[in-house]
Amino acid sequence: MSNTILEERKDQIIRTGSGKSAIDMACNRQSLAGAVSQRACVFCGSRVVLYPIADALHLVHGPIGCAVYTWDIRGALSSGPEIHRLSFSTDLQETDVIFGGEKKLEAALDELIDRHHPKAAFVYSTCIVGIIGDDLEAVCRKMTEKKGIPVLPVMSEGFKGSKREGYLAACKAMFQLVGTEDVSDVPEVSVNILGDFNIAGEIWIIREYFERMGVKVVANITGDGRVRDVRRSHGAGLNLVQCSGATLDLAKMMEEKYGTPYIRVSYLGVEDMAESLYAVADHFKDIDPGIVERTSKLVKEELDKLLPELARMRKDLEGKKVAMYVGGSFKAFSLLKAFRYLGMKVVVVGSQTGTKEDYAELEKISDPGTILVDDANPLELSEFIKEKDVDVFVGGVKERPIAYKMGVGFCDHNHERKEALEGFVGMLNFAREIHSSAMSPVWQFVPRRANRNKESLKEAGNA
Amino acid sequence: MLKPNFVSTTNACKLCTPLGASLAFRGIEGAIPFLHGSQGCATYMRRYIISHYREPVDIASSALSEKNAIYGGAPNLKKGILNVMKKYEPELIGVATTCLTETIGDDVKRILFEFHNEFGDLDLPEIVHVSTPSYNGTHTDGWHGAVKSLAEQLYDEDSPENSSINILPNMVSCEDIRHLKEIMRNFGVKATILPDISETFDGPSYEDYVKIPTGGTPVESIKNMSGSRGTIEFGRCLQKESAGTFLAGKGVPNHRIGIPMGLRESDIFFDTLEAVTGKDLPEIYEQERGRLIDAYVDGHKYVFGKRAIVYGEEDLVTGLCSFLAEIGVDVVLAGSGSRNRGLGEAVKAVTDGMGRTTPEVREGVDFHDIAEEAESLKPDLLIGHSKGYRYAKAWNIPLIRVGFPIHDRFGGQRIQTIGYKGTLALYDRIVNAVLEKKQSDSKIGYGYM
Repeated sequence: MSNTILEERKDQIIRTGSGKSAIDMACNRQSLAGAVSQRACVFCGSRVVLYPIADALHLVHGPIGCAVYTWDIRGALSSGPEIHRLSFSTDLQETDVIFGGEKKLEAALDELIDRHHPKAAFVYSTCIVGIIGDDLEAVCRKMTEKKGIPVLPVMSEGFKGSKREGYLAACKAMFQLVGTEDVSDVPEVSVNILGDFNIAGEIWIIREYFERMGVKVVANITGDGRVRDVRRSHGAGLNLVQCSGATLDLAKMMEEKYGTPYIRVSYLGVEDMAESLYAVADHFKDIDPGIVERTSKLVKEELDKLLPELARMRKDLEGKKVAMYVGGSFKAFSLLKAFRYLGMKVVVVGSQTGTKEDYAELEKISDPGTILVDDANPLELSEFIKEKDVDVFVGGVKERPIAYKMGVGFCDHNHERKEALEGFVGMLNFAREIHSSAMSPVWQFVPRRANRNKESLKEAGNA
Repeated sequence: MLKPNFVSTTNACKLCTPLGASLAFRGIEGAIPFLHGSQGCATYMRRYIISHYREPVDIASSALSEKNAIYGGAPNLKKGILNVMKKYEPELIGVATTCLTETIGDDVKRILFEFHNEFGDLDLPEIVHVSTPSYNGTHTDGWHGAVKSLAEQLYDEDSPENSSINILPNMVSCEDIRHLKEIMRNFGVKATILPDISETFDGPSYEDYVKIPTGGTPVESIKNMSGSRGTIEFGRCLQKESAGTFLAGKGVPNHRIGIPMGLRESDIFFDTLEAVTGKDLPEIYEQERGRLIDAYVDGHKYVFGKRAIVYGEEDLVTGLCSFLAEIGVDVVLAGSGSRNRGLGEAVKAVTDGMGRTTPEVREGVDFHDIAEEAESLKPDLLIGHSKGYRYAKAWNIPLIRVGFPIHDRFGGQRIQTIGYKGTLALYDRIVNAVLEKKQSDSKIGYGYM
């Protein structure tokens, strides 16, 4: 392997079909010091999961950076209140670090709850709070009583693991809300949407499908989320879990305590979107026999609109090569299939938080020679882009300049995207975005391509 | 109304200390910034910086875990540096601490001393460290702290006397630094600009992924700063101790002036430059100066009496206030997230006797505070970084984007503000924003304004 890869990272990278199986992939470990990981921290994990609950107050207990860097960072839209788009912090100062920040936290909650009248408050713990030992739970208990709304501690000290631990902390905080509201009016044929964050209004697309199928959505967890919905989410007949594990823990907790079954779904790409809807129909078909037919009608209608346009774009995109680096690996499965639909070849797949099982699954559905990588960094990613001569890269804001510097098209498929990429209509948006980047004439001018074109012209001339 | 003795922060008008240090370190040739803390800090700051500069920003981290938080981060810091050396082959590693490592009491200076003892046989890069607890000060303190550390820790007392000058440009844009370099060329003077982010944060397209972008202040030049004939440092709100005063202590005369924004602050800069270099102002700047005054006259009626709220880094705010006073714009509120940096005195110094009013100055503000005051201030213009956008939208007034971060527009790194030329660019934007607003508010929609 090339010298770009640090010795200690070698078992976090495999090539499919090389004899080394992905089930032996090292993953879910602390990022390596000095490796310039693309990963964030525990706090980030819980912040991104809880952030879209729009009528809750999200107070970051820590110094200013943690709050600022997550201020309105996601494109999670709300159909109503927008408290979530503000950035609240206790803005800890040196004296707080010495004398403790509990008083300040109490005062902040007092002030902010009175000002914004949220339905609940989430209080995020940061690195520094873990070190100085503020008793977040005690303050939250006290403020819950005083203010008459749930004030929930989120134990998300940044250094306590990776982003994944943050997901768990978020689920634990939300689980305290579940089961605290009346559910007598919730119908049997109903679901909660878990692990979708309503980026660019995506959850509204999905809810509309369910409405057409005759399925009631009880709670969006957490895109366009509301505290009251979470409180009565245990009344739903089924939990639908998307995203690689961000809310899987919550579904498991609900299954154990309330017996709510869950299935894993994905709204990305043609196949996975359709399969997810059929899975929901299948689940409810005994109670609602008409649901399967309504679902196939829906899928057919949507595909009729979608497929001719996709076919046109496929002509241009056929054979182009793709690399992707995503947060959760579950998304990668769907994207891989979606790219096949466009005639494109996925040659590199990486994720920040994949598990052994995820990578094994990826291995199964990838072409031989695909590079699978866990917790990558700019040097590795750029090396893979070069080696595989990639045309399009899929990632988030941090990966964009890496692709662009190498003269490679890019699609933002992270939580900052502004285009809805879910659902059938989302597949169309996705294809358009890939098409518009891959087919832009600008790539002719970037040195990596321009120099090669010059060489091939020279060769042709000599021949 | 009596305010409670604690006010929480809503929509902060500042960033944290290590971010500023990372920005400054990135302006050194062959350097890589390194945050000693948990992984999230480096990643979040990278993301934040990328959205402004649209360049790859590799910041290493010691990626501390819970165990390190209890037993100390030394092993990770050492290992992290070795890993960065292996893969990036940097000439300099700029280590900045975070709230975590400051609080667990990691003595970075000592750890680095040990590191040098343990690995002295390797070809070690320069390692410069700065203490940047994020609960102390803002990103500007991180920036200036890093610049000071670079000067102090790379100081070479044997550096020969030379005819070059040192410029400590403060947090200005890549375009501004390029302008500064052009000025130096036209003056025919060799200058060390510390830091020089002009290429490292706004580089060209390359054939390959460049591990560390080219450009930046050469380490050798920083060492030679001690032999220069003088230092010009931009900033009226600087700490008493700075890179400039450190070098002054070693015999290099220091000239502390405001960021050259507006006519008078630019005049001071060019006068200082003439004095330090002993050379006359090149013709081209006489022309630029004349063109600026001509524009001031051409556009004066459009902007006179307009009410502006200005916010951001303390020295940027000071520069803006100085400039706006010159063109007859009333700054009704000048705010900064930083505290105790003398913003009030600085603004007074640059506006006294010029503007019709002395701007109201607020230190330690967040956007909630600004919004509360704005109700009664009825501003026509908002001038500052992108974070004011939601307020400008709510109040239906133009936002003139300047400073850091600009992440809702393209080309934040190329916004010009300094010198006669930068002032003129900014002036054009302000006048046009006023005209655009007037035009779009008008029922008639005049074609000539």
